Amino acid sequence: MPQPVTTLVQQTLNALQVGSVYALIALGYTMVYGILTMINFAHGDIFMVSTYLGFFAAAWLLGLALNMPPLVIFLSTLLFAMVGTATLAVIIERVAYKPLRQAPRLSAVITALGVGIFLENFTLAVIGPEPRTIPPLFPLVNLNLSGVFVSTIQIVIIGVSVIVMIILDTIVRRTMTGMAMRAISFDKTIVPLMGVPVDRIISATFALGSAIAAVGGILYGMAYQLDPYMGIRIGWWAFISAVVGGIGNIRGAFVGGFILGFVEIFTPVFLPSSTYRDFVAFSLLLLLLVFRPTGILGRPIVQKV
Amino acid sequence: MTLLKAWQMPIILGMVLLLALFLPQMQLNLYVQMVLMYVGINIILTASLNLVNGYLGEFSVGHAAFMAIGAYASSILTVLILPRRWGPAEALRVVPLIGPELANGVYLVPAVLVGGAIAAVAGLVLAFPSFKTRGDYLAIVTLAFNMIVKSLLENSGDIGGLVARLIAPLSASLSADVLRLSDAVGGPRGLLGMSKLTSLFWVCLWVIVSLFAMRNFIFSNFGRGVVSIREDETAAGLVSVNTCQVKVLTFVISSFFAGVAGGLFAHVLQFINPRSFTILKSTDILVMVYLGGIGSLMGSILGAAVFTILLEVLREVIPLVGLSEVWRWVVGPLLLVTLMIFRPRGIMGLREFKGFLPKEEEVKPQAAPAPP
Repeated sequence: MPQPVTTLVQQTLNALQVGSVYALIALGYTMVYGILTMINFAHGDIFMVSTYLGFFAAAWLLGLALNMPPLVIFLSTLLFAMVGTATLAVIIERVAYKPLRQAPRLSAVITALGVGIFLENFTLAVIGPEPRTIPPLFPLVNLNLSGVFVSTIQIVIIGVSVIVMIILDTIVRRTMTGMAMRAISFDKTIVPLMGVPVDRIISATFALGSAIAAVGGILYGMAYQLDPYMGIRIGWWAFISAVVGGIGNIRGAFVGGFILGFVEIFTPVFLPSSTYRDFVAFSLLLLLLVFRPTGILGRPIVQKV
Repeated sequence: MTLLKAWQMPIILGMVLLLALFLPQMQLNLYVQMVLMYVGINIILTASLNLVNGYLGEFSVGHAAFMAIGAYASSILTVLILPRRWGPAEALRVVPLIGPELANGVYLVPAVLVGGAIAAVAGLVLAFPSFKTRGDYLAIVTLAFNMIVKSLLENSGDIGGLVARLIAPLSASLSADVLRLSDAVGGPRGLLGMSKLTSLFWVCLWVIVSLFAMRNFIFSNFGRGVVSIREDETAAGLVSVNTCQVKVLTFVISSFFAGVAGGLFAHVLQFINPRSFTILKSTDILVMVYLGGIGSLMGSILGAAVFTILLEVLREVIPLVGLSEVWRWVVGPLLLVTLMIFRPRGIMGLREFKGFLPKEEEVKPQAAPAPP
């Protein structure tokens, strides 16, 4: 293939890889927003905690030297991180957000900011600032497809994200819990009267959103380095993804994640350095909001008087 | 007695100002002076954000961007522009009759005002698209604005170079000026070379002026429009409050004071760089607003003072327990979350200190309705 084409294909592949991670985290933002109309600013840091959980699980499992097949190690690391992160998120929701459900809406947002800063610095204080990487859980191979390098990790990241997205879409559209979630986001006053256990559904939403973030965290941690403050930038970018796609809309979060992935990868291609990526991403966001305030897939909210 | 009561606030404020003027001369610990100055700057920041988040009921999260604009604009004025016309700031201090404090003001006051004005213009530009709808829209727009401002400042070298090359055919001297400006702004390195113009006296004066202006704004006819929008925007519109105008103007005033605080901040620290104005700084300001309580000027004072002093106290206390410095940022947020859970409205929360209320606002004990 000619050089420009391979570059384009290569960068698109990289963009899909980064975009998948953003999409997985954006799902958590958008689900919580859909059900509580609350921006859960701690979500980026919950993602960070999940990568550390995955790191310790993987290191422990590999340290046992039981010669388990790689798939078993990968899946058990994933499961451990998902369960641990979901538990953490439910605890945070019960302790920090639930008492504030009747309070002014923004008190909960400030609490979320506080929880986020706490998680960052607690991790920093306990684990330390050294960057780490999750040890490879499956053979890392770089395949050369006529000039385009595809690593196994890229295939896994993109594949797993698409599978998770399909599973989530099915849960939200086809199960009773999903139906309850959609009902609560539709109307919070009437739905409890129909016998929907609102508190349990909200906890389930937090658990589901964080478990998905944990999937993103493990995949991210194998490809990049972990540090206690990484949740800030990735969290903000995932949040923008959710807004670009239309916050509250699950498919929108996925679309937004990939758009942001493309922005991140293609900014250094066209502009002198990657320091412009924040500028490009946020200018795009501002422009989009001026012309389409509800995001790409969001529906306008009709305000009743 | 009534005379004393009527003059109570001015007397207290005058004493605070005098104290601020003489404390530094009484060998007050420099560190304590510094902390007090930060408290003052944070009070201005908190109160100005409270206008938008507390009184207007919107949610702005990028206040540090306006602070950055004010800080950079005022520093450019005192580093590049004013010395070329008036000579270095230090030279004025030896002029007889005006003490060193007032001499600093010759530079500081215009610099801070210009910083505030430019921040206000930025606020105006941002306010028009962002108040189309209500809700979390403003939060996202201001967040994006904060990131964009930081990114532009970091890349100021490239941008300045590009602009200089574009206008070079039109005017060579202007092009050279642009290059000198972008060089001074310094990208990620930051802007340095400001002299220490801000002192305790000037911070106190600005705090008093800002709070007085904001209090008069809130209790003016216009300010009632602001509060009415928080309570019910539709109803406010129905009683002919020009909601769009009120929202834009409140946002502009809020940005102005953030710029003022930025100007003061730059001349305390004598060094600013883009990393001082990240979203984390905005988060700090938000925390102070909600800690002190929304819709209350006294709350802003308490929130800023408690937060700033608490972090400094933790800096002292935490090494005593044998933990590292990082735990300061573990304990601080934990205290905040605990406070929010047990007192969701913050310390003051929609209540106001009596001394700040105008005379007409005071609830009279025997307010018997007058017979018609």
